[in-house]
Amino acid sequence: MFVFIIRRILQTIPVFLGVTIIVFSLMHLIPGDPAQIMAGESAPAEQVENIRERLGLNDPYPVQYWNYLSNVLQGDLGNSIRSGRDVTTEIGHRFWITVELAFYSIVLSVFLGLIAGIVSAVKQYSFRDVTLMLIALFGLSMPNFWLGLMLIQWFAIGLDVPSWIPFIDNTAWFKPSGWGSFQQIVLPVITLGTGGAAIIARMTRSSMLEVIDQDYIRTARAKGAKERVVIYRHALKNALIPVVTVVGLQFGGLLGGAVLTETVFAINGMGKLVIDAIQARDFPLVQGTVLVASLLFVLVNLIVDITYRYLNKRIDFN
Amino acid sequence: MQKEILKVTDLKQHFPIKGGIFGRTINHVKAVDGVSFTVYEGETVSIVGESGCGKSTTGRAILRLDEPTSGEVEFDGIDLLSLNKKEMRKKRKDLQVIFQDPYASLNPRQTVGEILQEAMSIQNTVPKEKQHERIVELLETVGLGAHQMDRYPHEFSGGQRQRIGIARALAVEPQLIICDEAVSALDVSIQAQVINLLKKLQKEYKLTYLFISHDLGVVRHISDRIIVMYLGKIVEIADKKSLFTNPQHPYTKSLLSAIPSIHPEKRRERIILTGDVPSPIDPPQGCRFHTRCPFATERCTREVPELRNVVTDNGHQAACHYVEDIEAGIMQPVR
Repeated sequence: MFVFIIRRILQTIPVFLGVTIIVFSLMHLIPGDPAQIMAGESAPAEQVENIRERLGLNDPYPVQYWNYLSNVLQGDLGNSIRSGRDVTTEIGHRFWITVELAFYSIVLSVFLGLIAGIVSAVKQYSFRDVTLMLIALFGLSMPNFWLGLMLIQWFAIGLDVPSWIPFIDNTAWFKPSGWGSFQQIVLPVITLGTGGAAIIARMTRSSMLEVIDQDYIRTARAKGAKERVVIYRHALKNALIPVVTVVGLQFGGLLGGAVLTETVFAINGMGKLVIDAIQARDFPLVQGTVLVASLLFVLVNLIVDITYRYLNKRIDFN
Repeated sequence: MQKEILKVTDLKQHFPIKGGIFGRTINHVKAVDGVSFTVYEGETVSIVGESGCGKSTTGRAILRLDEPTSGEVEFDGIDLLSLNKKEMRKKRKDLQVIFQDPYASLNPRQTVGEILQEAMSIQNTVPKEKQHERIVELLETVGLGAHQMDRYPHEFSGGQRQRIGIARALAVEPQLIICDEAVSALDVSIQAQVINLLKKLQKEYKLTYLFISHDLGVVRHISDRIIVMYLGKIVEIADKKSLFTNPQHPYTKSLLSAIPSIHPEKRRERIILTGDVPSPIDPPQGCRFHTRCPFATERCTREVPELRNVVTDNGHQAACHYVEDIEAGIMQPVR
């Protein structure tokens, strides 16, 4: 196992290099001259040339890439054009907000998804199963920015409740924007987590159904094991392998979703940062954010891979 | 007289077929339709028949792995179907099962030790501190070694896995083991090993086997008595010798004629049945075999033949109206 983890960590190095190459190329793939954009439309040619020289844009690409890479490895992601501050400082705590948002969402997705999936599979074709899968279908089909807007409408701005319903007069329970307090966290997490919960529910259900008819489940029952033990120890553990894979893949979508969710809820996270940076053509900031997000994705997949091998006993670690 | 250990009376297992928009039950698959037989302590009774005749379903219904539709299953004087879930879980200690596919019947996430240990813990047959010792003992009994305890099922071959399955069944010291096609998935040479192991264990632990198989060669080797099933019903019950030398029911005759012989000169005439097995959703009226029976008459399409003694004194029973007439040569095959 230890050797496997080490080897798997080493395998992320080429991935990391690939990511830096793509992020580096972004600068040159974007139409227009970065130096021109930095200097402004009407800047004199001399000034543009100065900037170009300062950024090293006159060097050959490999040299530029090498400089970029060595800077990145030293933790220097350049300076923001707009604010002039370090990109690492700009990203700084915003990174943790997005990580927090993504983490809570994943937890919510896995929690709801697993429960719904298990209940559905255990009572296949029952009323509960059909209802849950219908809800999952909705969750899957709903664009999350729309869901976010609706949640704001219903639970932040609030609906007027008919007077005959006791104890409730308004449904404005949560806050529509910002990040930090419980009231601020709930809606964005639901917005971002719903799609994942739906996918995980459907995946868990089909994976459980595949396992639940196996002879070893029958064996467990024949041993006299309690139904709860049969479902959790014997069925779920074997059904988890594809689910874990989905959770890993889900995380990529979650980072994309965070961009939308953070915009809808005006959360100062990395998603909103990248949107603002794109609008302001702040290339170093865009580059930095994309790089950090990619690395986060690589890291999560590394964890998923290790979990996966741990769950699947059939794979030899060495 | 031997002690009755398992008495099955009029066991029925009908699976509903759902259909339509509202998932109503539109019909039933009558997989097992009124089966009665008795198993005595220490013997091996085999159930044979072609695929889909209900032999495995019978086994599962007895174990209540699928809840039977109706009937009675009396085990050691207790009606199993009247037990509640908790009582049934306890009772499972005495009735164990070995499944056909050794690749599917072991949890891939448990080591062999865990598989055996779990069985013991659930049924509380061995105190915790002695479990390790007992696991080693069990593994050695079935021809595996103590060093293999921490391995996962995928690290074993098919025959070894089936041995693990047997060890698992033995772990709770059962009285009756239902072997559901226990050797069908194995190579012939491994089959022989496993069957001999089962026989050895039977002697050692005074086990009773209900052996479900479609392989007449295997059945002949291991059984004391044999039950022949066709489309959810028993057509013939007899002790091994009587059945193989003197089959009474036309279906059994044709079944036995299909056994390949290694002596070319002794080869008997092959009785080839026409048509397919009818669907258990809508089985034929009267005798279920009449659609394919070479002797069938109009009576067979009306009256369901009862299982009755056909050869004096040795308990040989068959369910056919015309056993005697066919035997005496009065009735000749018409097709």
